[in-house]
Amino acid sequence: MNSSDKIIKVENLVKKFGDFAANDNISFSVEKGEIFGFLGPNGAGKTTAIKILSGLLRPTSGNIEVAGYDVYNESESIKQNIGYMSQKFSLYSDLTIYENIRFYGGIYGLSKQEINDGAEYYLQKLKLEKNRNKLVGELPLGWRQKLAFAIAILHKPHIVFLDEPTSGVDPVTRRQFWEMIYEAAEQGITPFVTTHYMDEAEYCERVSIMVDGRIEALGTPSELKERFSAQDINEVFLKIAGQKNEYSSD
Amino acid sequence: MEKAVIFEKIGKNFGNTQALENVSFSINEREIFGLIGPDGAGKTTLMRILATLYLPDRGKAYLQGENVVDNYRRIRKKIGYMPGEFSLYPDLTVEENLKFFASVFNTTIQENYDLIKGLYSHIRPFSSRKAGDLSGGMKQKLALSCALIHRPKVLILDEPNTGVDAVSRDELWKMLHYLKGEGLTILVSTPYMDEAEKCDRIALMQKGKVMSINSPDKIVSEFGHQLYKIECENIYKALNCLKESPQTGDAYLFGQSIHFVPARENFIPDNLRNNLSQQGIENCIIEPVQPDIEDCFIDLMKT
Repeated sequence: MNSSDKIIKVENLVKKFGDFAANDNISFSVEKGEIFGFLGPNGAGKTTAIKILSGLLRPTSGNIEVAGYDVYNESESIKQNIGYMSQKFSLYSDLTIYENIRFYGGIYGLSKQEINDGAEYYLQKLKLEKNRNKLVGELPLGWRQKLAFAIAILHKPHIVFLDEPTSGVDPVTRRQFWEMIYEAAEQGITPFVTTHYMDEAEYCERVSIMVDGRIEALGTPSELKERFSAQDINEVFLKIAGQKNEYSSD
Repeated sequence: MEKAVIFEKIGKNFGNTQALENVSFSINEREIFGLIGPDGAGKTTLMRILATLYLPDRGKAYLQGENVVDNYRRIRKKIGYMPGEFSLYPDLTVEENLKFFASVFNTTIQENYDLIKGLYSHIRPFSSRKAGDLSGGMKQKLALSCALIHRPKVLILDEPNTGVDAVSRDELWKMLHYLKGEGLTILVSTPYMDEAEKCDRIALMQKGKVMSINSPDKIVSEFGHQLYKIECENIYKALNCLKESPQTGDAYLFGQSIHFVPARENFIPDNLRNNLSQQGIENCIIEPVQPDIEDCFIDLMKT
């Protein structure tokens, strides 16, 4: 794989807040179209790293390129070329489905034509044509998540950051969601996924596990399971990140 | 055996929406019972009826033999309820929250400390921090401590692990098994199938109805189809081909593979392999695989 196929390049990333290193010399890269899982317990430094990769936060040191742009000097170009979706912040519940699409399309500078074409494509795909004027707040959670994902990739970004995308969603809807992720990857969009749910990590092509600001493991799910003699990614994760916390009274 | 909880034909509507329909089952003493189902299945509504926060429109519910509607004051002393949203006082400290909940139930932290010691020892270093400033895992531990401080008989936990990292989730399950050993009965809900396997028995719920109740092992053993796992280079492309194929009963993603249920009983893997190969999907590995709870749930949701 030559280096031009790397959509994210991180070399020796350090981010300090005072004396505290939230990211402590991490290096990794992600290939174009690869579904990459970015795992770690609360407080590991994932959010800090994602803010840096999205051009929202300046690193202390390190060489970092996202979609071919440098995070120090070209953060505005990075922002135009990425999409972001999280369970917490996604859509305006008091706007209709179509209004949300138009609003986000407008923010990313799409033309009227592009917005309308994108809206028709995804409304049809999500079988929401008849509900285009329904308020987003009236949609069940699973539909909202799928719509939020469609809107995050409406401007055909190079990378889409997905922050716990299917939290609280049932297994059937979750699969429909992952089919959309695979389709996006097929189209050359690189999905970068964070999640607390280790079964979701099994859907990624490669995963990294971050603990206390460092990447402690990186590989395909099957490589990691083999290396840590674990049955599933959850077991790998607990071996790397789990402390000995027994509850029985001591 | 003495029943800790009995639901008899419970029904509940909100306007035109039927949240629960004819739900009947019982929970044994010292059992960890899981309510498993998607958003909107009715899990929260059922828990709130047991917690005396909603009145059922139809049917009856009993907790240790007492009707939850008629005897709600006594019931409230017997249950510990942890709602899905963080419901402690964010502007009180960790210790103030715990003291408050103890005082509401006319008890003290000291009196029941042994029950929550394993939990509270993790958050004690932060006892003067405001509850609103705790991390997700710490909030969960504090909320559970507050739900336990009056030593309830039945613990009701509504999606305690949503948004919590895998290490804290694992710790919570160890805690639940410890509490079971201390004599508590636990009703816990989750949308996650891997947590279902940690319960003694589970009820799979969808759209207000209970579809199946059994031990996780039994539910899995009652999966009525042959199941195959398909591995190949481009699983997205393979999935799309399978969805068009007349040989397919069901096909869905399962991690980095596809789970496949044949349409007919006399399924020959080699035929499917050849078909896929004709469509440019080479080197498929097709082999039988044991179903797990997730396969069962997907199957039940289709009906």
